[in-house]
Amino acid sequence: MLQSIINLWSKYGYVYVDGLIGTLWLAALTVFVATVLGTIIAIMKLSKIKILELITSLYIGMLRGTPILLQLYFFWLLLPKIVPFKLSDTACIVVALIVNASAYVAEVIRAGIQAVDKGQSEAAKSLGLSNWNMMRKIILPQAIKNILPALGNEYISMVKQTSLASVFFVQELMTSYKTVQSATFLAIPSLVIVGIIYLVVTSILSKALSIFERRLNNEE
Amino acid sequence: MKSNEVLIQVENLCKSFGKLEVLKNISEHINEREVVSIIGPSGSGKSTFLRCLNLLEKPTNGKVIFEGVNIADKNVNIDKHRQKIGMVFQHFNVFPHLTVMENITLTPILEKKVPKEEAEKQALSLLSRVGLEDKRDVYPNKLSGGQKQRLAIVRALAMEPKVILFDEPTSALDPEMVKEVLEVIKDLALSGMTIVIVTHEMGFAKEVSDRVLFMDGGIIQEQGTPDYIFNSAQNPRTIEFLSKVL
Repeated sequence: MLQSIINLWSKYGYVYVDGLIGTLWLAALTVFVATVLGTIIAIMKLSKIKILELITSLYIGMLRGTPILLQLYFFWLLLPKIVPFKLSDTACIVVALIVNASAYVAEVIRAGIQAVDKGQSEAAKSLGLSNWNMMRKIILPQAIKNILPALGNEYISMVKQTSLASVFFVQELMTSYKTVQSATFLAIPSLVIVGIIYLVVTSILSKALSIFERRLNNEE
Repeated sequence: MKSNEVLIQVENLCKSFGKLEVLKNISEHINEREVVSIIGPSGSGKSTFLRCLNLLEKPTNGKVIFEGVNIADKNVNIDKHRQKIGMVFQHFNVFPHLTVMENITLTPILEKKVPKEEAEKQALSLLSRVGLEDKRDVYPNKLSGGQKQRLAIVRALAMEPKVILFDEPTSALDPEMVKEVLEVIKDLALSGMTIVIVTHEMGFAKEVSDRVLFMDGGIIQEQGTPDYIFNSAQNPRTIEFLSKVL
């Protein structure tokens, strides 16, 4: 077993490296765009405007209430039909991953903002701070401390979720597994290699997150 | 001490939370430089009444006229008026992510465009008034409850308000810290600040107030000078309440 893993790695290492690059790229893009989108959605949901509240609740509810694989299929099938230009499978999947992640990010941010003690906004209002200054100077700086750790965990699970893109043969780690497996018929060693790579990546991210969290707490 | 200039005029104030009627058609006024204590059993609506005065609670009905403007009107820019109505809360609500100095100067700098040096100078003189000048650069988590509340009072004062509303300012304090906060409020009262205070400190209400309002069941049951309320109240509810707390 160990021997075949080593053999596989020395012969097909570049396939896994390419896959890893694909995974990291997918995850980074998803994380970045989903964070921006999720923040906007969270703010819309917290606005006291009924129609925005309704739309965002529906958006978040649907995305969190259906399987992500279903959503990937949905966008993969639907997007090429409705956009006027040609769209690659990868682009469809990236859009789907972003849309899905934005719903989770939005909830993390909303919860983080709402977890700030109500007395804080009352005190800010009683002083006569405008809503904008209250958000900027009082609520968000305190919400960040609630949001960042939870967001970090979301990011880590996004890295793992990109593996679903392998269903559509988008270049990433799980697709590398499939490629090598179909070339060699060595399924388990290939899976072990891919698993180790995921484990290394998520461990590094977790470690970084916990260092970051400790720093955040020390600052207080 | 009292003048006859009305600062806050409340007309037919009603407030309901769903089906629960908390304030039932209250009309009352607060004069300039007056110190008014509101006492009453819990659930009587006294905190809600206070919070309606700066629109932290939106009245279901009625008017709150401050300096001639009905601030309960939807079209009023409430932030501007709130700058002149200070509030001090039971749980202090100081900003934990800002230093003592920043807690005080944030709003004057942002909303009144006071230059930073000037705001800090003013903050320092206020801090020394309450004995906290050496705490200017610490964060609130290093302060005791009494110190936090004194900071909250100074933060409100920095906006140079016309009136300060106190919502049970000593109820969350350890007993040994109650006095230091009451002393500060007493000084304020003596300096001529208009004060409306919801309190359970009967001794304080008796000593400092110009007028005491007794609230129960969402209305002001009885009011008068401290001497009248504490010594010759007529309303049986007032008498019953006072017999329990005195």
